[in-house]
Amino acid sequence: MTVFAATAGMGERVRGRALVASDGFSARYDLDRIAGVFSRPDHALAGQSYVGRILVLDAAKGGVATAWMLHEMAARKIAPAALVLNRVNPIMVQGAALAGFTLISGFAVDITRAVANGALVEVDPGADPPVLRVLEDTA
Amino acid sequence: MNLTDEERALLAGEAGPARQWAIGHQIAVGRYLRAADFVPVAQAHIMADTESLGPAGVEWLEHLAALPEPDRQVRIPTITDPRGTDFAAAARLRQQDWMLDLEHRAIAAFQAMGILMTDTCINYQTIMPAVRGEHMAYGDTGVVIYSNSVLGARSNFEGGPSALAAGLTGRTPRYGYHLDEHRRASLHVAVTRTPAALHEWGTLGALVGRLAGDYWQVPVLSGIDRIPGSDELKHFGAALASYGSVALFHMVGITPESQRFADVADAALPLRATIGAAEMAAFRTGPAGDGTVDVVVFSAPQLSLFELRDLAALLDGRRVTVPLLAVTSPQVKPDADRAGLTARIEAAGGQLLSGMCFYQSYAREMAEANGWRNLATNSAKLVNILGGYGYRPVLASMEACVAAACSGRLAA
Repeated sequence: MTVFAATAGMGERVRGRALVASDGFSARYDLDRIAGVFSRPDHALAGQSYVGRILVLDAAKGGVATAWMLHEMAARKIAPAALVLNRVNPIMVQGAALAGFTLISGFAVDITRAVANGALVEVDPGADPPVLRVLEDTA
Repeated sequence: MNLTDEERALLAGEAGPARQWAIGHQIAVGRYLRAADFVPVAQAHIMADTESLGPAGVEWLEHLAALPEPDRQVRIPTITDPRGTDFAAAARLRQQDWMLDLEHRAIAAFQAMGILMTDTCINYQTIMPAVRGEHMAYGDTGVVIYSNSVLGARSNFEGGPSALAAGLTGRTPRYGYHLDEHRRASLHVAVTRTPAALHEWGTLGALVGRLAGDYWQVPVLSGIDRIPGSDELKHFGAALASYGSVALFHMVGITPESQRFADVADAALPLRATIGAAEMAAFRTGPAGDGTVDVVVFSAPQLSLFELRDLAALLDGRRVTVPLLAVTSPQVKPDADRAGLTARIEAAGGQLLSGMCFYQSYAREMAEANGWRNLATNSAKLVNILGGYGYRPVLASMEACVAAACSGRLAA
């Protein structure tokens, strides 16, 4: 089992399949939150469902709407299971704090290159330090 | 985090459940981002359109608004970003009753908390600009980047929940751009052609934003050869914040913290890129297909009185053949009415909307209801956002956009 330590985390421990891309994340800019898919045409995950997946992406992008939208998506159960980022902005942290959403960030490696798309992973924000564990490398 | 006695009392619920939630939320955010303590803030500015909130967010606000009045009132001047509609134009935009119902409910909740419904993203031009060094909890990326960079204020991006929390507690966690050490430049960009039109300032902001790539980068630009106006810096900052999630920039000799390069950067800071006419031309994409345009939008940020003056002059004596929407703030709109600008825009068939912003107003549903797909705008920020909402947006000058609204086609 490979374990990647993060510099910060919040939320509950969750397990699921990773959806990975070396691209950024903004709920407003990138998602069709009704259909539950990435909708930004030039996003690396365009057309793919994010529902229940552990998103492993590069950096938080865009504006402030994600601070509400994580809560809104969670209420309709059309949300990712967790968000794993190389770099956060305050909006992702604020949104995760409101929604009780699982978020970890800050790794010694580029986490989008270290985790295979479809891998079974566990995100444990309560560990010291917070960690992402790769339980099974391929889907 | 180090907490004062007052903050411990808030956390213990001694000032009611709303402030208890607020300080707890702020502590969670502050711990994640390594804030040592809190800093008092002079204003809060809340982004909370109901497309973002959804029914769950509106219900959450109503829960706070139902608390006893002493428990629910904000402690500092707290204002709002654009709403999800202009009620007077909702039918023309083919917005649906459920959207307006959510908006009415959110507004009622905010008003019950003592929040001032300014409904604007250009409060730095129209309400109360920040003073250099003043700490704020601003909740619109364009407001934050303009206030930090042009005015020398100190704010992070405060999403709606956190801005509301700041309104309730009168403070915010002290991290990021509240601290001197985060305000130093990390990225040097040389500019060899100073933009002229507003869409060119947006283009420059987009290019620098792509280079920056994340919230913690602070670009410093050299080579700008004149003092830009407020609207120019508004479009530049809005695009930079949109494409790069950037909250602070410096322009050597122009912005207040960087009168000299050495004020904000070490001499060893390498030149990351040079941006000139070729790079700016390469950024722009031509119109889709045969250039047919379904709608022309001037928004993001809301237009100033001066932008509306320019728009009215371009429309004089002409007639649009596709919808032309111009969006401004509730503060500017009455001045536009009194100055005759609204009448001139409407005489040409355009619509002047107030208190909303196009992308915050159920843009996907408006597209589906109106058959809008090909959209022309002079806002680089709007172009960056709307692709994910199903539009094919094209950036062009205000002049070219007006011509497209009249002919139905955008020239290549």
